[in-house]
Amino acid sequence: MTSPSPEVLAKLTPVLTKRWLSPDAWRLEVYERLDGYTALRKALSVHPDDLIQLVKDSGLRGRGGAGFPTGMKWGFIPQGDGKPHYLVVNADEGEPGTCKDLPLMMADPHSLIEGAIISSYAVRANRAFIYVRGEAVHAARRLRHAVAEARAAGYLGTNILGSGFDLEIVVHSGAGAYICGEETALLDSLEGYRGQPRLRPPFPATHGLYASPTVVNNVETIATVPYIVLGGAQWFRSMGTEKSPGPKIYSVSGRVNRPGQYECGLGITLRELIELAGGMQEGHELSFWTPGGSSTPMLTAEHLDTPLDFEGMMGAGTMLGTTAVQVFSNQDCPVYATYRWMEFYHHESCGKCTPCREGNYWMKQVLRRILSGKGTHEDLETLLDACDNILGRAFCALGDGATSPVTSSIKYFKQVYLDYIEGRREPWFAPSAEPELVGAYK
Amino acid sequence: MSEPFSEETRQRAKEIIARYPHGRERSALLPLLHLVQAEEGYVSPAGISFCAELLNLTRAQVAAVATFYTMYKRAPTGDWLISVCTNTMCGVLGGDAVYQTLQEELGVGHDETTPDGVFTLEHAECLAACDYAPVMTVNYEYFDQMRPEQAREIVAALRRGERPQPTRGARLCPLKEMSLQLAGFPDERPEALADGPPGEPSLAGVRLAAEHGIEVPGFDPATPIGRPAPTPAEPGHQAPATVSEPAADRKPAGEPPPAAGGGAEQAGTAVEKGRNEKP
Repeated sequence: MTSPSPEVLAKLTPVLTKRWLSPDAWRLEVYERLDGYTALRKALSVHPDDLIQLVKDSGLRGRGGAGFPTGMKWGFIPQGDGKPHYLVVNADEGEPGTCKDLPLMMADPHSLIEGAIISSYAVRANRAFIYVRGEAVHAARRLRHAVAEARAAGYLGTNILGSGFDLEIVVHSGAGAYICGEETALLDSLEGYRGQPRLRPPFPATHGLYASPTVVNNVETIATVPYIVLGGAQWFRSMGTEKSPGPKIYSVSGRVNRPGQYECGLGITLRELIELAGGMQEGHELSFWTPGGSSTPMLTAEHLDTPLDFEGMMGAGTMLGTTAVQVFSNQDCPVYATYRWMEFYHHESCGKCTPCREGNYWMKQVLRRILSGKGTHEDLETLLDACDNILGRAFCALGDGATSPVTSSIKYFKQVYLDYIEGRREPWFAPSAEPELVGAYK
Repeated sequence: MSEPFSEETRQRAKEIIARYPHGRERSALLPLLHLVQAEEGYVSPAGISFCAELLNLTRAQVAAVATFYTMYKRAPTGDWLISVCTNTMCGVLGGDAVYQTLQEELGVGHDETTPDGVFTLEHAECLAACDYAPVMTVNYEYFDQMRPEQAREIVAALRRGERPQPTRGARLCPLKEMSLQLAGFPDERPEALADGPPGEPSLAGVRLAAEHGIEVPGFDPATPIGRPAPTPAEPGHQAPATVSEPAADRKPAGEPPPAAGGGAEQAGTAVEKGRNEKP
């Protein structure tokens, strides 16, 4: 295992993850001892409009994948409209590769609660919901406890800390559906429906939960807010890049010596992240990687020095996504990886729109046929054609994202596909065990 | 079977419904479905009727929701639900082998329950713990960095009536008890909250920073951030306590919000106006 150089170590920005080193930070008394709820006191002392402006000035961009400017999103909430406003925290973490929000909610749940109270005060919401992924039971356990503790301490309820501001937070567990991470599907699910996305516009900012103005933000976004309130916009901008400011939790997994969560300024490179993670594992050479989960097109070793920020990744033909950096080596098969991801998208497609529902169903089978040594050259065209018919035509980003592994793996690893098709590579699945595909080209 | 649900469950159902705004009771449907699983172990036809009756929905409306979500089980489920992540990262790092081993060990396949009703096995999609890959969960509590023989030993321990300690997360409880927590009720084991310290992968970056004394410079919590808050009586300080009228099954529709580019300006203008009105 290699040790990181001082230059690379200096890229670390322990802000959101700092309290994780205190094993009892989930308890209110410990959280308070570690400066917890000081940001709330400070925030309640200033005008809510100024908090929105502060977050705008900080340049904070949404940490859930899309990178939309948070302050701008808050600014879209119409004020003085006579309608109730809502804050909904998207804690439905499930993008393959992403594993930053769950450890945050387990280790430091009060930071999310504190962020939610400040954010609600800024957008004038008196009710907030944390929609936590169903499977994330320990995170939900700690969150529910944190809400109860915060309420008993007067940080929630009526007239919070004498400010006249009221807020209730409900922790709402989902029930196992990746699509509910899509913000409008999440809202439908929270209203008690199947979690299927809504047509936009109208956007949640005006017609969100219960058709009322609603801010939906990711866990990491909301948990960042207290630090901006304390340190100010300028300090926040001292981390990251001009267009992608601030610290970001990078989830590094796969063939590195020390997989884990690395909080760094936005714009770090994969080469630096691998160095922080102790280098590649013995006998493994970097082959392909995702910058932000399986829905972001994969990259290769030629992108080792591309900045992992919103602009840098877009320039490389991919997306920053959730900074879920999955590292695969020359011992991993890109076609098999793609097939597994397509099984995922097939399973998680909500079925609302035809391109995503049918396209993923067929792509999964075509990929399996290729891996069984029974693929044809037309299969590659079929896959790309299916992607053409999904990307931009699906109802929501799930369908768009599903095409990413397919098109990017064919772009960088067409030869591996051809090796399966032309019999130069051992089939992954026994050909005899595979059923014939109805309607497939022979 | 006319009254399959206990009085206690009915009382809890009322508590769940009360968490949501008046007129928005349907929001209680997901937790109510977790609640019926807490009593019956799965969502039975009686469970569907129970939810429908409480929320004044049709059985079809409830069934449409119940069948959409993976965690609602449509057949009696074991005390121990073992979910093995076989998404790409866990799969290639050994999750496939763990799943294969457990299939052989338990003699069941995906979403199947052993004849004695003790175990249900499933392969799961990404469980959001890729830095601990390969992972599996028992009743949704994490067992990290699993190897096939460890998974086999966990099953053996459960068979012996023991409760192996998850790597992260609380000590195990049967699936029905977990379903009650999923319905939003606190874990009644106070010690369970303290279980599950963060593992080394979660702390990898922050530990490295601490070891090398790295901190973000220039942090001053007293940095001024804005004008003083208005007094509580001032307009715009607090949203109205009333809720808008329920939209029944209608999906919201209305004025399109401004597009991202121009919208920023418009929103900014609105904020400015709001400011000018204040003293």
